[in-house]
Amino acid sequence: MTAGGMERAVTYAVLALFSVLAVTPILVILLAALHPPGALLTGVELPHTLSLSTFRFAWDTGGFGRLMASSLLVSAAVVVLTTLLCIPAGYAFGTMQFPGATPIFYVMLAGMVVPFESLIVPLYYTFRDAGLTDTYWALILPQTGLSISFGTFWMRAFFRSVPAELADAARVDGASSWRVLWRVLVPIGRPAILTMVVLVFMWTWNEFLLALVMISDQTHRTAPLGLSTFQSRYGVDVPSVSAAAVLVAVPVVIVYLLTQRHFLRGMLAGSIRG
Amino acid sequence: MFALFVIAPMADGAWISLFRWDGVTSGTWVGLGNYRAAFEDAAVRTAFGHSLVLILFYAVLPVAVALSLTGLLVHSRVRGVAAVRTLIFLPQVLAAVVVGVAWRWLYDPEGPINQALAKVGLGSLQHSWLGDLSTALPAVGVIGSWITTGLCLVLFMAGAQRIPPARYEAARVDGAGPVREFFAVTLPGLRNELAVALSLTVIAALRAFDIIYVTTKGGPGDATTVPSLLIYTRAFVTGQVGSAAAIGAIMGVLILTLVVLITRLIEERP
Repeated sequence: MTAGGMERAVTYAVLALFSVLAVTPILVILLAALHPPGALLTGVELPHTLSLSTFRFAWDTGGFGRLMASSLLVSAAVVVLTTLLCIPAGYAFGTMQFPGATPIFYVMLAGMVVPFESLIVPLYYTFRDAGLTDTYWALILPQTGLSISFGTFWMRAFFRSVPAELADAARVDGASSWRVLWRVLVPIGRPAILTMVVLVFMWTWNEFLLALVMISDQTHRTAPLGLSTFQSRYGVDVPSVSAAAVLVAVPVVIVYLLTQRHFLRGMLAGSIRG
Repeated sequence: MFALFVIAPMADGAWISLFRWDGVTSGTWVGLGNYRAAFEDAAVRTAFGHSLVLILFYAVLPVAVALSLTGLLVHSRVRGVAAVRTLIFLPQVLAAVVVGVAWRWLYDPEGPINQALAKVGLGSLQHSWLGDLSTALPAVGVIGSWITTGLCLVLFMAGAQRIPPARYEAARVDGAGPVREFFAVTLPGLRNELAVALSLTVIAALRAFDIIYVTTKGGPGDATTVPSLLIYTRAFVTGQVGSAAAIGAIMGVLILTLVVLITRLIEERP
């Protein structure tokens, strides 16, 4: 009993240590953002007065209103497209036999691990030739392309886990495959779909390289790209840069905290992209 | 109707393969010479060498730490883990650009890390962590460890909960000590989680673009240059597009190979 209690104490200590390690850098940046804009900091300092003016300053000078709107638009479009394409695709891979299913599925899996870094050069020239750089399409289409492989893999796993009798019963009642999918299976699959939506949203929101390469004008920049620009312009202004970083992080953190159960399950179930 | 379900995934497959096909064509634009040049290019070699170091920090170290902790703690069923898990996992959620900005300040000559060192009497260790040739790459690596350790820990602890207690009892009956128990029961039981964690972290180490772009831009000198950064600068700054595409292809193949290797080695043993 005492041995068990001891072990439990060690466990808590270790978990607490790692929580502190994980959170400290985030707290440090939050604290820095509470200082007035332009303040020269030395390490961790408590601000003399508590004000959110630095957030306002960063929001205004960095143009984060527009940046956030761009990011939101791109993320929403990618999430909607991915969901609409992956549900039927996952259904087909999960429940049907069709010629070439296995090779196509392997190509999809490869898409899960190959990063933008490998594809960015050809992607850029293709989009430039199509006149699509500096448009939202340059962000939405490639991001959807990569998200589809994870989404299809994820939805396939879900459709495999659903007992076949369920779909069969509906089919006996005269429902078509399409109807079975949207009327019977999708409602059951809401948790799985939500997980996919959250992960795809987060990946899209956080994507940096694609925006860096595809977007050079002011109007289409995304939040992470805006943060990077803001940092190179106001680099010495630690409070303002910190505030900007917090602003960019907030939407994703909120979504994460609200949906973490789904989120962690998605990661734990073996998502390969990250 | 049935055809519709066949066509939809076909279209998706074509969509993906479009990008893949793009990758291949730009390779052929410049012929195989570009690949040969890439393999002989000292800068490329250095960059991949740096990737190896980053793999140590992003993948090997976090996986080792998380595995040993899991082995140590495998018998304690603790409550309140959900809250801890949320915190430990948080670094994984943040945009790499945000993480880079945060750590740039932590590593700053005037920043919190140097301040903490001075406070505990180690002021002699203070320096510009990201600006020093010898510490820049490990410093970037530590950021990676910070991101991935939580992921590994969460993965392994969840996995360990699923190992049937009967296996531990059987091991105890056989007279296994804690170390043998770890290698005989815990480690095999975490095989799938191990494969996932290694794949994710190795990919993260090989990509590593955002953080390096924000913190060091590959400097000082080429101390933190990685392949993804070379791809970017060559394609979009110095105009060596063919070379960049070749490095991109090499990196893609390397990642695919590593992931397949990791999965094969770890998962498919009975």
